Amino acid sequence: MSKLTYTQAITAALREELARDPRVFVMGEDVASNIVGYHPGFAEEFGRERVRDTPIAEAGFVGAAAGAAMVGMRPVVDMMIAPFMYVAFDQIVSIIAKATYLYGGQTKMPITIRAGMWHGASIAAQHSDRPMATLATIPGLKIVAPASPYDVKGLLKAAVRDDDPVVCLEAKRGWPTAQEIPDEEYVIPLGEAEVKREGADVTVVAVSSAVRAALDVADSLREDGISVEVVDPRTIVPLDIATILASVEKTGRLVVADPCHEMCSVASEVSATVAEHGFWNLRSPIARVTTPNTHIPFSPALEPGLYPTADRIAAAVHGVLAAASTR
Amino acid sequence: MGVNVNPTAAQLVEMYRRMVRIRLFEETALENRTEIPGMVHTSVGMEASNVGACMALREDDYMVGTHRSHGHPIAKGARIDRLFAELLGKVTGVNQGKGGSMHLSDFSVGSLGETSIVGSGLPTATGAALGSKLQGVDRVALCFFGDGAAAQGTFHESLNLAAIWTLPAVYVCENNAYGEWTAFSDSCSVPDIARRAAAYDMPGVIVDGQDVVAVHEAVAGAVARARSGGGPSLVETRTYRYFGHAGGAEASPTYRDLAEVEQWRTRDPLPLHRERLLADGVLTAGQLDEVDDDERRSVEEAWKFALDSPFPEPEAAYEHVFTNPVAVRRHF
Ligand SMILES: Cc1ncc(C[n+]2csc(CCOP(=O)(O)OP(=O)(O)O)c2C)c(N)n1
Ligand SMILES: [Mg+2]
Repeated sequence: MSKLTYTQAITAALREELARDPRVFVMGEDVASNIVGYHPGFAEEFGRERVRDTPIAEAGFVGAAAGAAMVGMRPVVDMMIAPFMYVAFDQIVSIIAKATYLYGGQTKMPITIRAGMWHGASIAAQHSDRPMATLATIPGLKIVAPASPYDVKGLLKAAVRDDDPVVCLEAKRGWPTAQEIPDEEYVIPLGEAEVKREGADVTVVAVSSAVRAALDVADSLREDGISVEVVDPRTIVPLDIATILASVEKTGRLVVADPCHEMCSVASEVSATVAEHGFWNLRSPIARVTTPNTHIPFSPALEPGLYPTADRIAAAVHGVLAAASTR
Repeated sequence: MGVNVNPTAAQLVEMYRRMVRIRLFEETALENRTEIPGMVHTSVGMEASNVGACMALREDDYMVGTHRSHGHPIAKGARIDRLFAELLGKVTGVNQGKGGSMHLSDFSVGSLGETSIVGSGLPTATGAALGSKLQGVDRVALCFFGDGAAAQGTFHESLNLAAIWTLPAVYVCENNAYGEWTAFSDSCSVPDIARRAAAYDMPGVIVDGQDVVAVHEAVAGAVARARSGGGPSLVETRTYRYFGHAGGAEASPTYRDLAEVEQWRTRDPLPLHRERLLADGVLTAGQLDEVDDDERRSVEEAWKFALDSPFPEPEAAYEHVFTNPVAVRRHF
């Protein structure tokens, strides 16, 4: 085991995949110069052809990843900060997500798009997006949202090996501490949720940066005699609804914590699906803890409370416990 | 560009004043960096480019900036107390605390938004120029952007639009030799951005970005052309940022040589212009010192105003999403 931070886990995954498969290459702005810290020594180790700096031209280089994938490469594109991908949205939505379908299965699109969700950093509305749900509405894109160093390493490796486009939405600020990670290679299959805390009273489905907060809530409420089960879907598309339904069947209560904006959030999708398929197991109404439908403000006086904080998740847990039983 | 616009003595002094103001503003921001949330990209070293260009504009002309845009609104005449307050996320900030350092936008002086998505301001300026034309007014729209931004599709699309529509737009590329840690020569297919003007059949000039008068003259020519219906121009100011991409002095950068920084510092735009004013007898050393002192005082006062200002109330997070609000579930 080794203690790795979220960033170090990304580095480890990328290094292993670059070493394993010569078709894999990374490209993005200042990746070779390692400005953000994901690619230390990569340029020397793998060369600047495979660790490729790009100009600030997202539409161009994301689109180029599509073309490279069509002819047999497996590009890993680094968007740096998630909203920069909007510059390349046409390429992502109209080419990358659709090519396999549109061309009747003649091409695979093995592309990994890595995008950091740097919310909670006082960098205002244009830099703080968490576009998990936005992307999940587009068929043809697989979406992973790893919360922990362990998960990001295993899921990123699975993403690179997948034959379809996978967007890896990373929230490194959501897991500020290092974590023990096996030294042996491992891959976490796409589409498998994880029960991160077992509990009996309430299920909290927590997504991305809400996972750490939900675990803290589970730990502190345990002292008050409240048993919270924390389920982390880890992959948004495909969503492991079976694990979520099984948990709700056990607890009868559901809180969904998700840093997306409330409207059509991942929380909305989870809630709707549980309402459809797990309705008779529910003992109280579902509660969503999301970011309200406003932009992310710069001011540190305004921003922090907008996300699913531990306080807000705990309040929602108390809320669903207090709601009168309907069964 | 054929138009020789000689600045008056008063304009020359005002150029000096605004450059000093930007320098002191930036130094204050860097000295107090730990107080300022989020990212800070300073314009230190680029003052002549900021000021020479903005002072070629009328007060009612439009200007669009970038993520590195403390200097642009100051050069356009914005009040610095409200800019400082914005850096701190205070309610008295020019964006009421919504934007911060990367988005200092003072519409009252014609700034239409500093935007932190690289290249995203170019179409906005193009559209402002289109609006001017449709309204039959003679306002010009000037867009600042970096050497890195010239790789974006928006640069090429905007210049083409402005050219085919003969828009009153002036595109000012502040080429400070780097985009983040990438050297300009590694991101651009040609040795000068200005050369790309030819592809859009508009004038393109390169100018010494450390010489405020040279920048002024080049941009004034482009503005005159735009205002008189002659269409868009591209001006490339060759300049340099002294500090890190986002932050203060760099200890040992891997992407550039500190000797290069020192080299550029020997042509610092402030002393360059100061010496010109002295040599041409525009101001005495004593009068120049007075300008410095004056600006130092007002920058100190403005910073204090920002520190003393209150933060916005939590409800403010929900304001301004729309002009005509819709109901939103709130969390407090
Ligand atoms: C679309 C987009 N991609 C990437 C970034 C990250 N980024 C911020 S500033 C910058 C470099 C910009 O270089 P340049 O245009 O030369 O401006 P300078 O910073 O040198 O003033 C980059 C890549 C961004 N903000 N927006
Ligand atoms: Mg630059």
